Amino acid sequence: MQRSVMVRAVVFLVLTVAAIIYLVPSFVHELPPWWSAYLPTDRIHLGLDLQGGTHLVLEVKVDKAIENTIERLKEDLIKLTREKGIPTTEITRQGTQIRVKLPAAGVEKVKDLLKSDFPTLATINPQSGGGAAEFALVLSEKDLRALRDATVDQSLETIRNRIDQFGVSEPIIQRQGDNDILVQLPGIQDPERAKEIIGKTALLEFKLLDETHSVEQALKTGAPPGTEILYGYGAKGSGNDKVPYLVQSQALMTGEYIADARVRPSSRLEGPYVELVLNSSGARLFERITGENVKRHLAIVLDNKVYSAPVINERIGGGHAQISGQFEMKEARDLALVLRAGALPAPVEIAEERTVGPSLGSDSIRQGVISFIVGSSLVILFMIFYYKGAGVLADIALLFHILFLLAILAVFKAVLTLPGIAGIVLIAGMAVDANVLINERIREELRAGKSARAAVEAGYDRALPAIIDTNVTTFLSGLILFQFGTGPIKGFAVTLCVGILTTVVTAVYMTRIYYDWRISARKLTRISI
Amino acid sequence: MELIKPGTTIPFTKYRHIAIAVSTVINLAVLGMLFFRGPDLGVDFAGGTVVQLRFQQKVTIPDIRAALGPLGEGDVVIQDFGQEGSNEFLIRLEKSTVQLGALNEQLRARLTEKFGQQGFEIRRIESVGPKVGGELRQKGTWSVIAATVMMGVYIWLRFDLRFGLGAVIALIHDVLVTAGALMLARYEFDLTIVAALLTVVGYSVNDTVIVCDRVRENMRKNKREGLEKLINMSINETLGRTIITTGTALLVLFALFLLGGGVIRPFAFALLVGFFSGVYSTIFIASPVILLWEKGKKPAK
Repeated sequence: MQRSVMVRAVVFLVLTVAAIIYLVPSFVHELPPWWSAYLPTDRIHLGLDLQGGTHLVLEVKVDKAIENTIERLKEDLIKLTREKGIPTTEITRQGTQIRVKLPAAGVEKVKDLLKSDFPTLATINPQSGGGAAEFALVLSEKDLRALRDATVDQSLETIRNRIDQFGVSEPIIQRQGDNDILVQLPGIQDPERAKEIIGKTALLEFKLLDETHSVEQALKTGAPPGTEILYGYGAKGSGNDKVPYLVQSQALMTGEYIADARVRPSSRLEGPYVELVLNSSGARLFERITGENVKRHLAIVLDNKVYSAPVINERIGGGHAQISGQFEMKEARDLALVLRAGALPAPVEIAEERTVGPSLGSDSIRQGVISFIVGSSLVILFMIFYYKGAGVLADIALLFHILFLLAILAVFKAVLTLPGIAGIVLIAGMAVDANVLINERIREELRAGKSARAAVEAGYDRALPAIIDTNVTTFLSGLILFQFGTGPIKGFAVTLCVGILTTVVTAVYMTRIYYDWRISARKLTRISI
Repeated sequence: MELIKPGTTIPFTKYRHIAIAVSTVINLAVLGMLFFRGPDLGVDFAGGTVVQLRFQQKVTIPDIRAALGPLGEGDVVIQDFGQEGSNEFLIRLEKSTVQLGALNEQLRARLTEKFGQQGFEIRRIESVGPKVGGELRQKGTWSVIAATVMMGVYIWLRFDLRFGLGAVIALIHDVLVTAGALMLARYEFDLTIVAALLTVVGYSVNDTVIVCDRVRENMRKNKREGLEKLINMSINETLGRTIITTGTALLVLFALFLLGGGVIRPFAFALLVGFFSGVYSTIFIASPVILLWEKGKKPAK
């Protein structure tokens, strides 16, 4: 008996020392160098609601990426059928489908072509009759899933790049669910600007102006096939950015060839502009494009907005291009940043935003700490008042529970949120429940005439099943909450679940060490309860 | 000290008919409120934007409304927040920030015009798009239902089916009473409220577990005794600990409610009501349900 008490006491002592060591970094700001070299330095992390910062959930519009892919496949199909001389009546895109109409005679040839050159497309709804045939082409379920995944992953990488360039310390960027990306930016000063930078698609395209038709006509009757109307900046200094342009739908080149983008300061003649440096294949492509289209207008389009449409005076070598669009300096800087970081493969939309200012965070911490001190003091006093010596024992267990709970949060780098603090306060009120059950039981056994020792042993043994059951139920609801919750709520679920484990350990096993020690020393003749 | 003296025998089960009648009326009323008026939904569930503002000087709601002017489409609700004299306000907008576009800048510009740059502080912005709101609402509802059923199944496995059933009905009662109190107090339902409801479910069942545990023990000891008497005996024997365990939790919840700040107050309120209701429902709902079940079974034998 004596040995078992010793062993348990030593285990608790070791746990306590470990807990204190793990907690030191969270409460001491400047750790001495010898500490950092040998001992843990992880702190309890504060959630954005306590620290201040912005939490964003971005929804990646993957359908848009699918439409883009289908659109490209459709263009390729049109080109190939023309090259091979396969007669077709109509090839159009409807949402994420390509609809093909053709004379019945060409069906076999198209099928061969699809098999050899478009392995990802599957044929659905074939119809034929009257010498004509019609069918639709879609991407297979597997390819769609792969495309969706790739789109979200690539978006995440791009957003990570942008945030890195923006300069935020310890951002969290992760995938959430199927199409969402979670972004947390602690301590950020200008959330509006961060949102601008993160949310911009930044798809840069170079498109030729269609000069065979007039814009006015196209505005009235719709754009001719192969062209589209885009709006953008007009003449320099006009400030008008709703000027219509008729451009060819097919982009000659996109922003994927950008090696670097820099802001050039304003001169007396013009405002700041963004200079693009293309990589070597981009430079070759740009040289060819400009060489083939001298004297024509090349529109520089960013996210479907025309920034400028200068005349190509001569073949441009060297891989430099510029975007000037009547910017302010800040705007130009942010644009250069997103172009450097690359375009998003699909537009993103902010589905959820939570921004907390730093002053509110520190207020919340203060209020949380005050309610914790007041609440747990009330519980501690009540227990002493109601159970005397046994109450003191329960209170000591409560203090150890708090120590262990915080230490575990530090070990697992858990994030402490405002609901998490509320959880710690709440658990302080629940922690003594096990002691209440044990003490009531001991009282009962004493009333039944048992000796102090027998009462203690029976008290612990008989109270245990109910203690386990009650804690399991609370733990289960904590697990469901963790599953369901987002950010701050998860913090509550974590403190609830961890706290339940630590209360059982301290309230049941730790207090028992005291009684067993007294019993083994044959000194437990009377219990203060 | 002892709150409940040993040997106390309050005939709780005798009052079960009144208790069940009263609770049924209350629960039906809450259900009626839920369906016909519906709870006030926070931005988490309804979508939209909430902005928390603090002013340096004393400001009235009409002042703020005048300064803001029209902000996007939809209703703009402004209310007091935080302690008396803290000059904090909540502005609730129907649309999310994406729909409104650069809301932060608009707000800042308009407030600066009226109150000066140092005169106010935007302390918090929460904005949820309509789609996310709907999803969260659904997930929240299901998680509360799942937790309730899970508690019932756990008690069924640990004790038996009638106890599990009693516990589930008691929990439904607790969740409804809590929801009703929140609606009456005009607190908005949001994610923290769901967290509170789940905690109520996980904690209220504790008292039921304690009583069930005792009923089982007493059944073994007194094999001949009728169930009603056993249940009554068990409730009386465990009454002290039921009140004290919940009581200590209520102590900290009072502290949280009064001192924890505006964001935590509705959460603490929900837990206060739910835990309190948990004690009541164990005695007056769960136990009678077990009895009714047993009585309903007898004629079939």
